[in-house]
Amino acid sequence: MTPKTETVDRIRARALWMRRTAFAMVHKAQLGHPGGDFSAIDILATLYFGVMRYDATRPDWADRDRFILSKGHATGALYTALCAAGYFPEDWLETYMQPRSKLNGHPNRNYLPGIETNTGPLGHGFPVATGIAIAGQLTGADYRTFVLTGDGEQQEGSNWEAAMTAGFRQLENLTLIIDRNRLQQGQSTEDTTGMEPLDARYRAFGFEVAVVDGHDLGALLDVLSASPKGRGKPLCVIANTVKGKGVSFMENQAKWHHAVPDDAQFAQAMKELV
Amino acid sequence: MSHAAPIKAGLADCRNAWVETLEALAAEDERIVAVVNDSVGSSKLNGFQKKFPDRLINVGIAEQLMVGVAAGLANGGRIPFVSAASCFLTGRALEQVKADVAYAGFNVKLVGQSSGVAYGELGATHHSIEDFAWLRPLTNITTIAPADAWETAQAVKWAAGHDGPVYLRLSRMPVPDLDIPGRKFTPGKAEVVRKGGDVTVIACGTTVHLAAEAADRLSDKGLSVRVLNMATINPIDVDAILAAARETGAIVTVEEASVRGGLGGAVAEITAGECPVPVERLGFPGFVPTGSTEWLFEEYGLSVAGITAAVRKVLARGTK
Repeated sequence: MTPKTETVDRIRARALWMRRTAFAMVHKAQLGHPGGDFSAIDILATLYFGVMRYDATRPDWADRDRFILSKGHATGALYTALCAAGYFPEDWLETYMQPRSKLNGHPNRNYLPGIETNTGPLGHGFPVATGIAIAGQLTGADYRTFVLTGDGEQQEGSNWEAAMTAGFRQLENLTLIIDRNRLQQGQSTEDTTGMEPLDARYRAFGFEVAVVDGHDLGALLDVLSASPKGRGKPLCVIANTVKGKGVSFMENQAKWHHAVPDDAQFAQAMKELV
Repeated sequence: MSHAAPIKAGLADCRNAWVETLEALAAEDERIVAVVNDSVGSSKLNGFQKKFPDRLINVGIAEQLMVGVAAGLANGGRIPFVSAASCFLTGRALEQVKADVAYAGFNVKLVGQSSGVAYGELGATHHSIEDFAWLRPLTNITTIAPADAWETAQAVKWAAGHDGPVYLRLSRMPVPDLDIPGRKFTPGKAEVVRKGGDVTVIACGTTVHLAAEAADRLSDKGLSVRVLNMATINPIDVDAILAAARETGAIVTVEEASVRGGLGGAVAEITAGECPVPVERLGFPGFVPTGSTEWLFEEYGLSVAGITAAVRKVLARGTK
């Protein structure tokens, strides 16, 4: 078995646990955004278990790689990743969205270790990530900064403010990942504003652009773990994904943006997620 | 562009104190950076830029990004001073101020330039009279409106050393130095500008010196007017407000801001809750008509005559 195969197997196992656990959290809370959790989970699993440099016992370590979940509603994906990464014990997940839980509906850095900034309103993560990358550039630190946005989220103009500065400043330590599941809350992105040509747009803003299958763990690992040194540009990874990936009745269904499962649906999903 | 009136003898542009202090602090602490939205000149940061070119981050005319980048710089261990016209800093980027700075609790210093009605004739789009009301509910942003150049320098210095979000509300309107012996800057505490027992005038920023002058005129007529410089709007000095209510029985508030939700609003909230006394609020009722800064001050009673009249009015209301 090659090192890469081992890594991919580890990521796959973690991603499966994350999907099962996140869906159980949503089922118990009867709240959440499972569709967007499931389109993003393979990306988060790849980052946390194959790419990023961090130490869960030292969340404030200055040279840690940073990840920002700009699509902050996908807390099922983020909390399960942070838990599996060792930032907090598994029983905390049971409290998801309960009164006074540290696991708020959107991430709060003051509640949980491992969260880099508070998100929720869309279009906030990419500007903050740009600031983190500028700080790294100023100090010569070699940490990397990753930010994940939704594809519908790209409609927020603040992203394009960030793209202008990130491209201009050649922030090679910055990676923008777009969860391209083609569905926003209410309908298809292509029936709303249209996003294409998304790759050409980011190239025009000075980014290196990679378009990958966002559920192909090997492809994600390759593109995200490649050294940014000498690239001279920020990287934009357009990850083509499936909203609700892994559960037949959720896949590509806009209503599963924030629908929650009943007992029968939960049981069915657990049968499929093996 | 509108141009401020020439500075008269004895008056100072507080922006000079702001940049001189920031440059001195930045020379000592390499973590200090400035973040601007093409506002280098209006923030008087040209000197800072020359001395520390890499540490002046100009994101262009992009206020949401400007505030988000500052939060990110704080995450990366920098101490960012975001300097921009306060109307755009607090208005255009309000959600970033709320979510990225206040709610996230990052060590970001927001410096609102040319606040209030400093842009006079340019109109309500460029006025920043709503900022107190927008930021006061974001309870962890220490909000300071310095009254003069000395206090501006003290506030900048304090902000740099304080670990947490700060909003400094500066003006380019020339003001005299308050002549108070042995001054000490204490954030969150009202400064006694004039002692008095008959009535209290609580002012902040550009209006404090007007309140002091009004008190001196009234003193000549036998009225003992307490004047408080409430530079820190948040967290506000509740004890000083309640002491004023109990000891003097009537309060006038004066601010270069909306009468809704700012200093006057805070004083009314606190007195209504614990010690109801008559309160007259001087400030702007809402969007104001075209006019120079000086004309707007006169028109809305932010003047010695206006404050004197408000004192007479609040005393005439009396207490039950």
